[in-house]
Amino acid sequence: MNQMTVHNLYIFDRNGNCLYYNEWNRKKQAGISKDEEYKLMYGMLFSIRSFVSKMSPLDMKDGFLSFQTSKYRLHYYETPSGLKFVMNTDLSVSNARETLQHIYSNLYVEYIVKNPVCVLGQTLDSELFSSRLDAFIRALPFYSPRAA
Amino acid sequence: MVIFSVYVVNKAGGLIYQYDNFVPKAEVEKTFSHPLDLVLKHHDEKVVVSFGQRDGIRVGHAVLSINGLDVCGKNTADGKDILEYLKDSSNYPVSIRFGRARLSSNEKLMLASMFHSLFAIGSQLSPEVGSSGIEMLETDVFKLHCFQTLTGIKFIVLADPRQSGIDALLRKIYEIYSDFALKNPFYSLEMPIRCELFDQNLKSALEIAEKAGNFGAGS
Repeated sequence: MNQMTVHNLYIFDRNGNCLYYNEWNRKKQAGISKDEEYKLMYGMLFSIRSFVSKMSPLDMKDGFLSFQTSKYRLHYYETPSGLKFVMNTDLSVSNARETLQHIYSNLYVEYIVKNPVCVLGQTLDSELFSSRLDAFIRALPFYSPRAA
Repeated sequence: MVIFSVYVVNKAGGLIYQYDNFVPKAEVEKTFSHPLDLVLKHHDEKVVVSFGQRDGIRVGHAVLSINGLDVCGKNTADGKDILEYLKDSSNYPVSIRFGRARLSSNEKLMLASMFHSLFAIGSQLSPEVGSSGIEMLETDVFKLHCFQTLTGIKFIVLADPRQSGIDALLRKIYEIYSDFALKNPFYSLEMPIRCELFDQNLKSALEIAEKAGNFGAGS
């Protein structure tokens, strides 16, 4: 009944600016403007990381990985340069860390960092990046478009 | 395979019960000579390592004791400022113990309230209709499980990521709460839980869950 799916993806830079956002299967909007939503998402993640580093009984290596609610799961990946990849999927996806790492090294680095026209730190407006990312997400084994 | 701690948060977000079942001791004691090759800084009324990770001493570890005497916040046991003390070469060689700082009660209160808010934001930012708040939060060294009752009380358990049976444990803790806290005529709702029977039964439920988790867990 519940098909596997990716709901949406956010990419934040180290200062908290949302560089990229796209949604594939989102059923419910947050009820606030997109800018406010990006800030709230970033703020939540920043607080979760701080919370986790204080609460953790042992020293951590990767830190916060994901959280889940009754309806969705949020996956988190942060690069050493402070770039944050956040993906919301349904509950059947247990580990999307490698997917996010792939998005970083094979899509972000290839089409944004290596692109002389793209200024790092600004919203990503490379069409090539968007289309490749979209194709990649749709090709994921855990993605299937729901019936409208 | 361990259960680290249990927190109970009331519906206003205040911590009403906390129990540490297992606190791993991750401490390193070493003797140093002048000059100290670690960079220390003040953080939250403690002295922590900010640079120079080596030999089991990680960034973020706090100074726990100097020459065997436990430190008192930012000062040594005799009241001298730690950073000043360690700048003076006449105090060397010195033996310092570093480790993860234990959370004070105040810090636990703040963290519980912080989680209470994060729980709600997790529900607000949901891309799906009718989502609850954060029920499980995973890191590489622990998993946090949260069960919110219909009355808004949250039972939070921190455990090893491979520990199984935590959902059943959360329901069991709810049962113990209703039997030994709510049915206690001297207990007031939403107030800190100070009921001996609650403590005892919680400890045995944790023991049972840890043992059962050991049998039932796969990889």
